[in-house]
Amino acid sequence: MRKYSDLEYLKLPKHKRLLYKIAVFFTSIPTKIKNFGLKVYNYIKKIVLGIKDFFVNIVMTFIKGDYKTKISYVIMGFGNITRGQIIRGVFFFVFEAIFIFYMITTGGKWLSLLPSLGLQGPEEVYDETLDTFVTVYHDNSFKILLYGVLTLFFVIAFIYTWYINIKQNRIAEQILATGKKIKSDKDDLHSMVDDQFHKTLLALPITGIVIFTVFPMVFMILVAFTNYSAEFNGFSKLFTWVGWENFNKLFTFGTGVNSLSATFGEVLTWTLIWAFFATFSNYFLGMLVAIMINKKGIRFKKLWRTVLVMTIAIPQFISLLYVSKMFSKSGLVNGMLQSLGWIDTAIPFWENKTLARVMVIVINIWIGIPYLMLIASGILMNIPQDLYESAKIDGANAFKQYTKITLPYMLFVTGPYLLTSFISNMNNFNVIYLLTTGNPTNPNATSSAGSVGFTDLLVTWLFKITTGAESQYYLASVIGIMIFIVVSVISLIVYSLMPSTRNEEDFQ
Amino acid sequence: MNTSSLNEMSNDTYMKRKHHMGMKAKGRISNTIIYAILILMSIIWLIPFIFIVLQSFHTELAADGVTRVTWQVGYVWPKKWGFDNYIDLFTKTSFPKWYLNTFIMALFTAIFQTLFVLFMSYTLSRLRFKGRKALMKFMLILGMFPGMLTMIIMYNVLKMIGPGDYGLTGANAVPGLILTYVASSGMGYYVSKGFFDTIPKSLDEAARVDGATRAQVLYKIILPLSKPIVIYTILTAFMAPWGDFVFARYVSNLSDAGMNVAVGLNSWLNKDQISGKYTLFCAGGVIVAIPVTILFLCLQKYYVEGVTGGAVKG
Repeated sequence: MRKYSDLEYLKLPKHKRLLYKIAVFFTSIPTKIKNFGLKVYNYIKKIVLGIKDFFVNIVMTFIKGDYKTKISYVIMGFGNITRGQIIRGVFFFVFEAIFIFYMITTGGKWLSLLPSLGLQGPEEVYDETLDTFVTVYHDNSFKILLYGVLTLFFVIAFIYTWYINIKQNRIAEQILATGKKIKSDKDDLHSMVDDQFHKTLLALPITGIVIFTVFPMVFMILVAFTNYSAEFNGFSKLFTWVGWENFNKLFTFGTGVNSLSATFGEVLTWTLIWAFFATFSNYFLGMLVAIMINKKGIRFKKLWRTVLVMTIAIPQFISLLYVSKMFSKSGLVNGMLQSLGWIDTAIPFWENKTLARVMVIVINIWIGIPYLMLIASGILMNIPQDLYESAKIDGANAFKQYTKITLPYMLFVTGPYLLTSFISNMNNFNVIYLLTTGNPTNPNATSSAGSVGFTDLLVTWLFKITTGAESQYYLASVIGIMIFIVVSVISLIVYSLMPSTRNEEDFQ
Repeated sequence: MNTSSLNEMSNDTYMKRKHHMGMKAKGRISNTIIYAILILMSIIWLIPFIFIVLQSFHTELAADGVTRVTWQVGYVWPKKWGFDNYIDLFTKTSFPKWYLNTFIMALFTAIFQTLFVLFMSYTLSRLRFKGRKALMKFMLILGMFPGMLTMIIMYNVLKMIGPGDYGLTGANAVPGLILTYVASSGMGYYVSKGFFDTIPKSLDEAARVDGATRAQVLYKIILPLSKPIVIYTILTAFMAPWGDFVFARYVSNLSDAGMNVAVGLNSWLNKDQISGKYTLFCAGGVIVAIPVTILFLCLQKYYVEGVTGGAVKG
């Protein structure tokens, strides 16, 4: 395809410009893929080189180092202490002592059981004093997996600390060789509020994230490769590794009542439809409301805004549950309509598939408009007013001003917000669960995955599986991983299409 | 004077005035339409809340003439007014306990979550260190997993770390839930990082030249400038526990002593409880909503700043 220069491009008629842009987009896909491949290649190369450096450093430091460094390979912190860095040295030494103690007492056992997730299930043992059979529990798969993964985390942390300990010895030797002084304990303490301030600040939040998010995520991802459920709960019946079986189940295509893949497809489709409508209906209507409130000559701006903002403050479980009951068969709306004589039988707002789906989208507008009104108001005020003035002089009417100035500006500024809002709508648990709990039940949905409803999103389905009677945790985990894949693919595509991502240092 | 030019002038001003009046009339009509829409919207947005309040004052008797109507009725305006629902709420149910639980959770979450979020966002925004970009990317990817997935394991971890068979779950769920809310809160650093990004870097540099440590830069220069974002963070952190019914339900395991208001009131709308507790639910909802709403309206300004800033820079 021939590339136009800027001038040539501007000479083109409008429809040809659009065609040209589309053509450019598609012809650039191979280069984009190539660039992406190169990026991945470079990344892998960097990792491989890093690993090589890691081992080379370990060996070279040992060969070149003095006796203090060499002893530090076995007794961590020895070099630090003998060179006068007491705090660092004690930290390394204590860490090593705790690690060794833990591995000998319990950690080793958990690690050795991790590949099998337990060998011996419970058994009935005759108890002579009670003169009856009692159940004796042996291995507990859940605990093995839990502690096994924790121990793995601990081992990785230990290897990393050990490496740092070696690296510090090397650096200290280098500094001392040049005749300079190494950092004293006082320097170390001072740098905690200065050069190394980021470590002080991040220590607690990152620890929290590792223990309460990273570790549970790793655990749950592993669960997807087991058969952990309420039945195989780990102690009354052991669970074990099953490989890719759970994923195979999800992708064994078939139709009919019990096909897991058909159910998954149906729920995923509705999740995407819902996210699309929920995001864009709120976006455009919210913008419209903001334009109306901010229009010149409209009075009581603060009042209108406060009324809408107030609804954000009230916890959703109150408002949404109330609205949900309001529209139920014996609820207020049906009751009033019946007493007015407008209808004879109650309208099945939550029992009819299409009606329920429309209702959740409409009620979500009620929830979402206030937020969007706030966001849009803030942005609208930033649009330079002279743009509108000159547009008016050129004879542009309100609609034209909206499509030519307001909308492009809004879309440009809120592009990334639209993406995050689409994704958070995909995972919008509150609105769906509080309004319908996923109902009406889908009769065609697979029974092996509990009850699935027509308004169920992936995330509410996941919740139902987790808290349901059968509690097929492995299936919940597989669905969680699928949500991750869908979300990351959408994000990747949208980010690569977005014109430019703003630089975080633009303002500083 | 030339009459024709005079004529022309008056004609011109006449045309202008006519044009002006046309515009004005048009503007008035469109404004009237907008007022109508805004009034209608205000009614739609407020009606459920007005209905909840009215519902909580329903005290008419049921058909048997002894018990009160506790299920929704087909009309809004109470035929008999009274505070009976509120009295029952505080004397016959565990609602006061739930309320206290939630308040404690909200208070502690507000304090610690704010610290965590500010530490995280300040560091990522204004300090430069090795691995900063990688850390941010990692947290972005981590955030793409549904948080609900961690519920099962979180429950078991909390069970392990506390005293007794149930640890920090069940009746002891309050500290467990505070830990859950606070521990991972560092991941929600985006909005306040966006705020810190807008403070000019030259401020830090000037202070550094004068010999201030990085810690001094934070609490002497940046913090005094960050009042809006600190209040925004406190406000959102304080409000979250009032509405959480997913983790709170799972961790408290529906034990009365460990529930928050959301789980408790939500449980009253179960199929087997709803017919007896519906009006109580409404009364409870009012009691929960009033203080939160007042607080929110007072600090509205900061919330709006946070939300708009977050959307533009996020």
